Amino acid sequence: MPLKLSFGRLLTAGLLAGLIAGLLAGGFAYLTGEPRIDAAIAIEEQNTLAHGAAGGGEELVSRETQKNIGLTLATTLYGIALGGFLATAYALLRRRLHTSSDTRAALGLATAALTGIVLIPWLKYPPNPPAVGDPATIRQRTISYLALLALGLVAIWAGVLAARTQTQEWRRATAGTLAFLIVVTIAYTLLPATNEVPDTFPADLLWQFRLASLGTQVVLFSALGLAFAGLLHRLATSKPATVDA
Amino acid sequence: MPKAPTVRPLAIPAISTRLLLTAAGVTLLLLALAYLVAFDQGALSRSGMYMHELMHDGRHLLGVPCH
Ligand SMILES: [Zn+2]
Repeated sequence: MPLKLSFGRLLTAGLLAGLIAGLLAGGFAYLTGEPRIDAAIAIEEQNTLAHGAAGGGEELVSRETQKNIGLTLATTLYGIALGGFLATAYALLRRRLHTSSDTRAALGLATAALTGIVLIPWLKYPPNPPAVGDPATIRQRTISYLALLALGLVAIWAGVLAARTQTQEWRRATAGTLAFLIVVTIAYTLLPATNEVPDTFPADLLWQFRLASLGTQVVLFSALGLAFAGLLHRLATSKPATVDA
Repeated sequence: MPKAPTVRPLAIPAISTRLLLTAAGVTLLLLALAYLVAFDQGALSRSGMYMHELMHDGRHLLGVPCH
């Protein structure tokens, strides 16, 4: 007897998976990212002192609160939102994924999301630690980032569509890769570049921060896909809710 | 009695107008949540920049554009 899943049940599984993934990503970000953020802020403060400008001003939230509560709150809420998106996408796209395996379907969607909304934007707009960006360009940078995020998903979609026009496996792979790369190349060419890191900022610190940021999101999306797949499996092996009469 | 769990095939809800409307509503709520974490400059949170500053490290490490 197949188990009829309601959207509510799928959504609950997605939100729970997102909660788990967000907490794990928060832990990873705390360990790998916070030391780099502290180092970046220290450099900024040194520069401010050297230039004799007025120090930072009143801080709204203390560094301690930002590091401990704020960071985990951000990754957890973000994870919950992503988990909800994943569950909604799963409900709407499951039939189109051409696999009988729920685990493959869940992991496939999570991998596509990781590629489209993390890897593609990260390569063109690698994140900067606090104290680096130019506040005046935040609007422009946000629009470009969101456009690239959407185009990243379009690239995945184009790759899947192109692959499905072919029957032989190597042709499928080639067509999918080409379509994906074409969309990515167009997106990278059309969208403006941003270069806001001062020449004096240490390159190794910048690189380490960017890796920590990438790692945080890889942990987030991997844990999200795996937890969602696990929860689906749990549902599939759960006892029937209604006893056969 | 406990026995080896049987895996039942999962039947996904059929796409209906009702499902699409529910999904759209849920997506809007989730977008608001993602916006609050990643893009709010005090407009949605109505607490000035408090939420922005509180989650500032997370914003930077989650790769969204910030100051
Ligand atoms: Zn900011």
